This record gives sequence, C-alpha cells and structure tokens, in this order.
Amino acid sequence: MNLNDFLQPLTLPAWIVSLPLVAAGLSVALPKIGKPAAIFTAVATSMLVVMLGGEVLEHGTLQMQVGGWPAPLGISLHADGLSAAMLAIACLIAAVVTFYAASYFGPETSPPTFWPLWLFLWAALNALFLSSDIFNLYVTLELLGLSAVSLVALSRSAEALPAAMRYLLVSLTGSLSYLTGVALLYAANGTLDLNTLAAAEPGSPSISTAFALMASGLIIKSALFPMHFWLPPAHANAPAPVSAALSALVVKGSFYILMRLWLTLFEPLINPGTANLIGLMAAIAIFWGSVQALLAKRLKLLVAYSTVAQIGYIFLVFPLTSMPAAGQTAWQGGLYFVLSHACAKAAVFLAAGNVIYSVGHDRISELKGIVRRLPVSMFAFALAGVSLIGLPPSGGFIAKWLYLNAALTAGQWWWAVLILFGGLLSTAYVFRFFSRAFSYSTDTVAGRPVPWIMEWTAFVLASCTMILGLTAPEVIQLFTAGQPF
Amino acid sequence: MFLDNWLPLIILLTSLLPGIVIFVLPEARIRLRTSLNMGGATVKLALIGVMIWGVRHEHVYETRLSILPNMDLILNADAMSAMMTALSGILWFLTTLYAIAYLETSPQSRSRFFGFFSLCVSSTIGIALAGNLITFLMFYEMLTLSTYPLVVHRGTPDSMRAGRIYIAYTIGGGAAFLIGVAWLKALVGSVAFTEGGMLAPFVDTYATQLRFIFLLMIAGLGVKAALVPLHGWLPNAMVAPAPVSALLHAVAVVKAGAFGIVRVVYDVFGIEFSAELGLLPPLAAVAAFTIVYGSVRALFQDELKKRLAFSTVSQVSYIVLGASILGPVATIGGIVHLVHQGLMKITLFFCAGNFAETLEVHHISQMNGVGRRMPWTMAAFTLGALGMIGVPPIAGFISKWYLGTGGLAAGQPWIIVILASSSLLNAAYFLPIIYRGWFQDSAESWPDKPAAGMLETHWMLLFPPLITALLALLAGLLADAPFSPLEWARLIAAREYHP
Repeated sequence: MNLNDFLQPLTLPAWIVSLPLVAAGLSVALPKIGKPAAIFTAVATSMLVVMLGGEVLEHGTLQMQVGGWPAPLGISLHADGLSAAMLAIACLIAAVVTFYAASYFGPETSPPTFWPLWLFLWAALNALFLSSDIFNLYVTLELLGLSAVSLVALSRSAEALPAAMRYLLVSLTGSLSYLTGVALLYAANGTLDLNTLAAAEPGSPSISTAFALMASGLIIKSALFPMHFWLPPAHANAPAPVSAALSALVVKGSFYILMRLWLTLFEPLINPGTANLIGLMAAIAIFWGSVQALLAKRLKLLVAYSTVAQIGYIFLVFPLTSMPAAGQTAWQGGLYFVLSHACAKAAVFLAAGNVIYSVGHDRISELKGIVRRLPVSMFAFALAGVSLIGLPPSGGFIAKWLYLNAALTAGQWWWAVLILFGGLLSTAYVFRFFSRAFSYSTDTVAGRPVPWIMEWTAFVLASCTMILGLTAPEVIQLFTAGQPF
Repeated sequence: MFLDNWLPLIILLTSLLPGIVIFVLPEARIRLRTSLNMGGATVKLALIGVMIWGVRHEHVYETRLSILPNMDLILNADAMSAMMTALSGILWFLTTLYAIAYLETSPQSRSRFFGFFSLCVSSTIGIALAGNLITFLMFYEMLTLSTYPLVVHRGTPDSMRAGRIYIAYTIGGGAAFLIGVAWLKALVGSVAFTEGGMLAPFVDTYATQLRFIFLLMIAGLGVKAALVPLHGWLPNAMVAPAPVSALLHAVAVVKAGAFGIVRVVYDVFGIEFSAELGLLPPLAAVAAFTIVYGSVRALFQDELKKRLAFSTVSQVSYIVLGASILGPVATIGGIVHLVHQGLMKITLFFCAGNFAETLEVHHISQMNGVGRRMPWTMAAFTLGALGMIGVPPIAGFISKWYLGTGGLAAGQPWIIVILASSSLLNAAYFLPIIYRGWFQDSAESWPDKPAAGMLETHWMLLFPPLITALLALLAGLLADAPFSPLEWARLIAAREYHP
C-alpha cells in the first residue's frame, strides 16, 4: 500500500485531526520524544492543511464519515472554505510557535507536560474547525479549554496559578451553558448534526432559549466585554508561546463556533435588537480594552488588553451582517479580522516574550531603548502593530476597509466612526510602547541574548500580516469556497 | 508591452528593494549601503526620464494589481504624477548624498535610518503615481509610518515628543481621509483619479454628502499639508536630522498633503464641479489665512530651522491657494509651485544643516558673518531665500506671478493683497538673515577654516544645496523652455480644463 492510498482527499480531515492527537499520546507515553514529535507534527500538518486548502478551492466542500458510519450515528467531518482558512491560520501559527517553543524551553527548563498539552490543544483546534455536529463541537471546545488552562498553569508563578484557576471556572461555565443549549436542541429535534438541524423547522420556542444559552457560553469563552475579565491575567501570565496561541487561536475557536451556528441555524432568529446588543458590547470592548492597554504598566498586559479590544472588532461582524446590503462584505471583513489578528497578536506576544526572556521583566517604563538590544523583535512588534492599528498594507487594514464599506453601504455610519475611533486608540497604545522602545539611552538595558530562532519566528508571523494585506483576493477566494456565508 | 505595464512599479521598486536590503545590512557595511542607495537613486532617475518622455508623447504607463475584490492598486503615469515623480526622484538623489555625509558620525543605527529613508521615498513615489484614492491612501499611510522613525531618529526626549505629536496629528488626519474615501466608495463606487474630475454626474443625488466628503478629505490631507489649524506638528518635527527635514518639507510629507489636495480638487471632484458645489471659497480662505499666519509666526523665530518650518507652513498653502481659484492661470501657479517650493525649501534646509554641522550655528542670532566663512553655502541660501520672497528671475517669482494674475483673471483681486503681504513678510524674515550672513562681522570663533583650495565643508554636504539652488534659478530663468516645470504645469492645466 503506498502513501497515496492513505492520503485520499476525503481522508485528509481525519489525518489533520489524528496526527497531533497521536503525537500527543506518544509524548505522554515517552516524554523524551515530545519535542521531535511536535516538530514532525508541525511540518506534516502544514503539508496536509495545504493539500486540504487545494481540495477545498477545487471542490468547495469536503464531507467525510469517520469509520464509514453516516451522520446521525458516526462522527462526520466537514470542511469548507471557512474551515480551511481557520485550519490554515491555526496551522501557521501553531507550527511557528512550535519552533519558538522548542527554543524557548531549553533542555533543563522544559516542563515535561508542555508538549503533550500543546499537541492536545492543536488537535482540539483542528477537530473544532472540522466538526459539523453540535455535540462534537462541545467536546472539542472542552478539550481546547482544558488544555489551554493547563498550559497557563505551566508557568507556576504566583500570578499564573490564580489566573489559571479563574480561567478554568469561566471556561467550564461557558461550556456548561453551551451544553445546555445543545441538550435543548437535541430534545426538540432529535439530531445533533448541524446541517440536519438547519433543515429542521425553525421557530420553536426552545430554539431561542438554546440560542441564548449557546451564544452566551461562547461569548464568555471568547472574552467579549463584559466577560473579558478572565483574559488579561491568563494571557499575560502564561509562558510566551502559550500566550501567543491563546490570544491568536483559542479565543477564535469559540468565536468560530458562534459564527457557524449563526450562519447555519440562528440567522433567521436574529432581530436587530440582538445584533445591536452584541454590537454595543463590542463597542465597549474596543473602548475599554484600548484604554486599559493604554494604562497597562506591563508589556504583556498591554498586549492582552489589546486582545480584549480586538475581540470587540471581531464581534462587530454580527451587527454589520444583520443588514442585508452589507452581509457578504461584513462576513469577509470579520474573517479577515480573525486571520490578521491571529498573526499580529501571536507575533506581538512572541516579541514580548523575547523581551522577558532577555531582560527578565516587561515593565514598560524600564524598557527604554530596548530596540538596540532586540532590533528584530521590535521590528516584528512594529509590523504587527501596524496591523493592529489597521494601517495599510496590512491584513488589519483590509479587514477595516471591508468593515467600513459594509457599514457605509448599509448606512450605519456610527459603526464606521467607532471603527476609526478604535484605530486611533490602538495607535495610542502601540506608540506608547514604541516611544519607550525607540528612545535613545546611553546605558542599554542589560540582558542576555535571545536565540535567533525566537526573534525571527516573531518576525515571520509579523510579515504574515503584511502578506495577508497584499493577497486579499486570494485569501477571500479561499474562505468563500463552498459558500459558507 | 512590458514597459507600459510595469514601468510605474519598477520605478517604485528602485527605492523599495534597496530599502529592504539595507535594513538587514550590518552596520559596518558602509560601502555596500552607499552603493545600494546611490545605485537605486540613479536607476530611478533614468527610468523617470524614460517615463516623462513617454507621458509627453501621450504614452500610457499603468500597473494594476488586484488588492481587494473589485478594487485595484493602480500606479499610473499621467502628467501630474510624472511631475511629482521627477521632483522626488531628483531630490531623493541629492538628499541621499547629503544624508550619507551628514550622518557619518551619528551614533544611531544608519541601516535603520537609510532603510526607513528609502521606504519614505518609495511612499512618496507611490503617492505620486497613485491612480486612485485607495492606492493614494495606502502610500499616504505608509509615508506616515516610515517617517516616524526618521523624526525620532535621534531618540532624545525632544524628538520622541515631536514624534508623538507627529503621529497624533497624522494618524488622526489619516482616519478622516480614510472615512472620506470609504464613504465616497460606498456612494459612487469608483475612486479613480480622472483628469477633469469624475463626480459631476452625481450632483443632483448626493450634493450634501459630497460636500461632507470633501471636508473630510481636505481635513485629512490638510494635516500633512500643514493648513492652519492643523499645522501644529510641523514646527515640532524640525528636531529631526537636517536631511529628514529637507525631505519632509520639500517633497515628502508636506508635499504629499498638498499634492493630495490638488488631486482631490482636480481629479476627483474636478475644479469646475468643486466651484459649483461652493467648495472653493472656504478652501481659498483657509489657504490665505495659512499663508499670512505662517509668515507672521516665522518672523518671531530665532531658531533657523523653526523659522524655515513656519515658512513652509506659509509657502505650501500657495499650492492650495492655486487649487482653490477657478481658472487655468491660477492652476498653473499652484501646480508649478509644487516643484518650485520643493527646490527652494530643500536648498534652505540643506544650508541650515550645513551651518549646524560645520559651524554649530543653530540660531539666526549666531549667524553674523557666516557668509565669509562659508560663502558657497550662504550664496545658495541667499538664492533660495530671494526665490521665496519672489524676486525675479528665481522660480518663486513665476509661481507668485501666475497666482496673482490667476486671481485677477478669476475676479478675485484680494489674492493680490494676500500675495503682496506675504511677500513683504517673507522679505521681513529672510532679508535680516541674508544681511547678517554677508554684512555683519562675526563675533564667534568658529572651527578653523580649511586650508586654501579646500572646500568649506564636506563636498557631499556642499554640492546638493548648490545644485538645488541652481535648479531653482534655472526653473525661473528658463521657464519657457521645454520640460521646464512651468511648461509642464501648463500641460497639466490644459489637460485638467479640456480633458
């Protein structure tokens, strides 16, 4: 039997899920091979995801039944453009962060549980993006949450443990709320498969309750204001590679589920009130997150609050798509925000991690002239910062431009004003750090050298935000394949 | 044909690619860095020559790249972009030469400096070649970002403060401009530059919205063009090293704003349509006020670079004034000043840098007798300053003449009053410098004069201002010659009024 028999296009989704899972299992059994297994996974999964992307571009959607059992009984995996784009971004970031982590955790300092947890997290993400069954989505969400919490706890500092504990409680509350919604839907319709549910009769009273429960659960997990309180301490105190993955990918997982449910099940139920309520929370998130970032005394806390603000931007997609004239453009904008924020935030967290690795702290007021010590990291920070602000030629700009177009086409100019105002606030917090980092001081900050791979991985991710800004037609073609919107 | 499709992009890449390579170059590779810089600048000049020849002969150069669904990045060469490209190409060449010598002893990273310097010039070229508002916007923001590290290059508390102010103003302006562009796109669907304007058909449906859009765009562009009251960043930004100030004031940031206003008035709205909407009188009023205000503030500055900065505030608004008067003569005056002001102002900043670098002279009160110690620099300075005042036959005279007669032709004699009072004020703040420099005895003890036969300062610092001063003189003397700025401005005006 040759390789081609294994890699039938239809089995690709299964491979993408099982590869990190098997690697995780192996590294539990044999801790020594954790690192090589992760690097192998990074390389192999990247290749598989590229192949999947090609298939999706060609055929639109891929559907597979694991073990050959059809949907109501077996596990079915489903890939369209939206899943492929999410898988691709997750794979890009996870692969780059894997290389970063391999250098970050030296042979002595490496906690034995990092690699298995990391691979579990990755497997959970992949499964999440490929599931089309609301219960399977719950399982992946739970697995994702638990591995994320354990990874936060890895740094074992006095701040990290309570942060992880709080994260755990919030995460469980969110999943529980989601699960209750799943139960209600199952009771009413007798099926868990998304597509079957979508075809079922809408409008029963329980479906609104189910929507409310599932949406609130997912909003809690995605840290939309006012449910953001758990995020800054958790993201700011985790080890650098973990922070990067949490901010870039984990919060996007729950957002992705909400987006899927919205698109397939709940869109007919949405009234302008609901959409605008989410919009209002998003607006406050943008404002609150940015102001807190502006006041933050530590670099990683600044970056974490910036995530709170950017999550606000991402959630603006719901009020914007509720206008029929702007729907398509707004979905594209929302997804573009997800992708470019993922790259930018991962890059910024890695760069901040390098600062801590080098000088041992991240107190912004003491980082004068850090650019002389870490030029590549700071350049990466700057490039990613451009995308966070939303200036051309970055992916953040494309996202913002699509949003502005959607808002103005629909005549909802207030969202346009909010988007630009948020951009000004993010300029303020990004440049607040730059004006320290780029200032000249004769006594350079003392610190140890940072391995080149850690500096350049941050830079690679930052450059990806620029690539996203220059390849918008191709990227949009990928994520609209199979017409998920 | 290959060249027709790709020449604009290649011109852009001649500074972008060297810039990117320079970033990763080790600090000590001075020779390679210099060759990359000067090589790129030389190739660019040659290509611009080809392009100008083509544009003159009705050739169309256009690069189109898809950046968004139904939105292209367009770089094309029309008469106006050819002029701006030529200006920035020439001035980049000279400023790079100047900067290499100027920063020879700088303790900060020169790779970083020249990397951003090249990015800054690439953005300027992109702005010049932009064929629609979205392309213009992208390079306009890139310019903001690539000049910030140049402004704060020294890293002193002063320059960090100037950088903060600069960013606050320009990012705010960029946001206003962005919303204007997005709004226009949502309204009419097209944002391409068209000679003669493209919005006239929409007058019945959208007159009010279009007025708001105009306001947003002009406010956004006015920040960089330093229109009062949006000019606050410019006098602060002069803490940047001299070559940066020179580029900022002559061809990069300030000029990008003025050029954008010209584009919006002529190629988006169309001058006749702008007049119809009643948009020109308020713009003219703002420009006139800025002209006088800048000159008055310049009078009271003792720091040479600060006086020059306020002088820029005033002079750049001549361009805006030209754009706000209906009539081809005023148009010519405004557009030709894009080039003339650039040549004269860059001369003045080069000279100011030379005084500072060679003699440690930063203030006008220290300038007694500098002409005897540095006669060539002082001569170039004098030419530039007289040109600014509007003394014939230097370039500035041509601009003022066309603006004045244009104002009269449009039935707006008050323009003459503004021009006359501004010229008087120009004289009042420039002549004392010239007098001090040539006729007062020096009280200072300056570093020793170099031996006989030696130049008064490094040749790479001396030649650029001499060349630009000469160009400013020639632009006035040979104003009627083919390919002179004036002749080119006439060509542009002809195309704008009879597209």
